[in-house]
Amino acid sequence: MGDRRMTQPMIQMENAQLHYKIGNAISAMMGLPSTVKAVDGVTLTLNKGESVGLLGESGCGKTSMGRILVRLEEVTGGSARFDGQEIKDLSGDELRSFRSRSQMIFQNPFDAVNPRYSIRKTLEEPLANARIPRDEWHTRVIDALELVGLGDPKQFLERYPHQLSGGQLQRVVMARALILQPEFVVADEPVSMLDVSVRAGVLNVFRDVRDRLGLTAIYISHDLALVRYVCDRTIVMYLGRIMEDGPTEDIVHAPLHPYSQALVAAVPTPHVDQSHDPLPIGSGAPDPRNPPSGCVFRDRCPRAQTRCADEVPMPRPIGTRRVACHFAEE
Amino acid sequence: MADTLLSIQDLSIAYQVGALDVVAVSEASFDVPQGAIVGLVGESGCGKTTMARALTRVIADNARIAAGAMQFAGQDLAAMSEREMNNLRWRDISFIPQSAMNSLDPVYRVEYQILEVLRDRGGMSKQQARARAVELFEMVGIDPGRLRDFPHQFSGGMRQRAAIALALALNPKLVVADEPVTALDVIIQRQILDQLRSLQRDLGLSVIMVTHDISVVAYICDRTVVMYAGKVVENCDTATLLNEPLHPYTMGLKNAFPDLQSAGTGVLTPIAGSPPDLIDPPKGCRFAPRCPFATELCRSTEPPLTEAAADHHVACHRADEAATLREVAQDPATWGTAA
Ligand SMILES: Nc1ncnc2c1ncn2[C@@H]1O[C@H](COP(=O)(O)OP(=O)(O)OP(=O)(O)O)[C@@H](O)[C@H]1O
Ligand SMILES: Nc1ncnc2c1ncn2[C@@H]1O[C@H](COP(=O)(O)OP(=O)(O)O)[C@@H](O)[C@H]1O
Ligand code: SF4
Ligand code: SF4
Ligand SMILES: [Mg+2]
Ligand SMILES: [Mg+2]
Repeated sequence: MGDRRMTQPMIQMENAQLHYKIGNAISAMMGLPSTVKAVDGVTLTLNKGESVGLLGESGCGKTSMGRILVRLEEVTGGSARFDGQEIKDLSGDELRSFRSRSQMIFQNPFDAVNPRYSIRKTLEEPLANARIPRDEWHTRVIDALELVGLGDPKQFLERYPHQLSGGQLQRVVMARALILQPEFVVADEPVSMLDVSVRAGVLNVFRDVRDRLGLTAIYISHDLALVRYVCDRTIVMYLGRIMEDGPTEDIVHAPLHPYSQALVAAVPTPHVDQSHDPLPIGSGAPDPRNPPSGCVFRDRCPRAQTRCADEVPMPRPIGTRRVACHFAEE
Repeated sequence: MADTLLSIQDLSIAYQVGALDVVAVSEASFDVPQGAIVGLVGESGCGKTTMARALTRVIADNARIAAGAMQFAGQDLAAMSEREMNNLRWRDISFIPQSAMNSLDPVYRVEYQILEVLRDRGGMSKQQARARAVELFEMVGIDPGRLRDFPHQFSGGMRQRAAIALALALNPKLVVADEPVTALDVIIQRQILDQLRSLQRDLGLSVIMVTHDISVVAYICDRTVVMYAGKVVENCDTATLLNEPLHPYTMGLKNAFPDLQSAGTGVLTPIAGSPPDLIDPPKGCRFAPRCPFATELCRSTEPPLTEAAADHHVACHRADEAATLREVAQDPATWGTAA
């Protein structure tokens, strides 16, 4: 992959929205909210070969973003493009090609595979769906297993999911996502179900494969320590919006958005001398059905002013970053 | 050192599976000092939950305490009758189960479930119980106005706080919490740990905190017990454990953990292989098949848990070489590649 590839956008989102419909006619008559704004006005460019971590609390819209980008959902407003093409308009051959170029790795490996399929069949299924000629299957399967570090694939081919450890199965799930040689991968909390001692191995494989294949990748997590290990760039989300976007190291060492500051401060470290200062954030979980006016973070923000209730802060460039806060410089 | 509140001595707990015994906790020993938070860490399946449950004797039907003692304030919990034990539960020792998030009964209002404990177990009048419920909610940081909610109206964090409130209802001396923050986001996790810490200080509680996360242990636990495949392999104060571990497994765990405080991203090193099957554990040291420092002795003879340094217990034949092993353990090449 040359320079040309590195600077071409793979993903472009412009004011993208994904509003899920909830409730029914009666709740609507009662004036209750009828949508959840899972993704609400996201603008973002991801160049080919770039990796970004999507960070934020449960329910902030990380998985929803991923689902738009592999077309498990369609944007309900704005635009989401893959390699220049509007994802929701793809059809026919273009859609089939998109389905192999863009893949998602799900959180729980045990949910992601059919327990009655052998590992061989698990890996052959996407090949069949993509109409890959049958005589290529075996080589492809072996290559994919080797890619994720399951050397000696013969040992695994005829086994069933329950006969593998969690770490091995997550590698199989990864192999399945990679077998069609995608250019873009969304990994949704791929190690959260794994034991600590094997987690590191799966993360290393992910990093290694991504670098070797020059993949464009989105890595979803609520743990900045993991995101930092995998991605040079991080996007912090809150209630469907981008709060901060920039180099991971900058965010780790000097977060600018008040929400990023709380997130960084909240991560425990394996040291007894870590800070125990109270978090700079109000408690109370955000409610995506009823976000506050203006800045969606303002009811928990220690720095909120009257302007924050009236005016939505748009992400604006500050140095190496984009930050959505009226007072980010202060 | 503070007085010992609970002393676990050579405790073994077995599950009967068909004709076989799975010894999930094997000859475990450690002390819980009065007023301390003690962490119990290890990988999934190493016996943490089994141990935690045994302390209140809420164990599975196919489980039994096969050997050992649990000395609590002068009495052996392992030898108590079910009636005596029942008197102790909630009042002296309370347990927050691993799935505490889902442990509230969905069909009853939260208040009802708290009142039930206060009245049935604490012998309070309805009025006293009401007042106490309000007090408890305030203590754990939930608006008492939410007492009449159903559990599904609570977020995960609120349910976890409610479970803590319930555990504190009758002023126990010891709270055993099984993975109380594992399923939660970092921000909520932090808020709950802070709450637990300040309650523990204010009330002079002792806490056993089960977790698989050494960062959580570093944040909140005074002492830490490391388990591997049903065995206690290391036990000391948390600072010593993290700075100068004596057991190779503890060294490996540290290498596998991301550290936001480190200067760069560094490398995470997995421990190759996986924990042994407890139906047929390996002879000798149970960690030997994954240990880069294993010798012939390790593979044939089980290392006993000994006090290798003052108040620092470890089960490893090579504990006296730990300083050297720690150096070598920092090199990722030591741990080979993961399977
Ligand atoms: N199919 C759906 N219908 C209605 N609401 C939904 C649907 N899927 C998700 N949501 C809501 O959209 C919001 C964003 O959800 P999403 O799954 O994207 O969050 P997330 O950031 O991935 O969270 P987590 O960290 O818990 O996985 C949440 O409020 C969620 O409840
Ligand atoms: N009811 C049961 N019957 C048989 N084996 C069990 C039962 N509960 C747990 N085990 C086994 O006991 C061991 C320890 O389990 P557990 O205490 O739950 O570990 P942890 O909490 O550390 O993950 C595991 O091998 C587990 O499979
Ligand atoms: S815009 Fe206002 S409320 Fe929002 S993060 Fe900035 S200071 Fe806080
Ligand atoms: S006893 Fe031997 S195998 Fe076990 S941890 Fe110590 S060195 Fe490793
Ligand atoms: Mg999600
Ligand atoms: Mg457990």
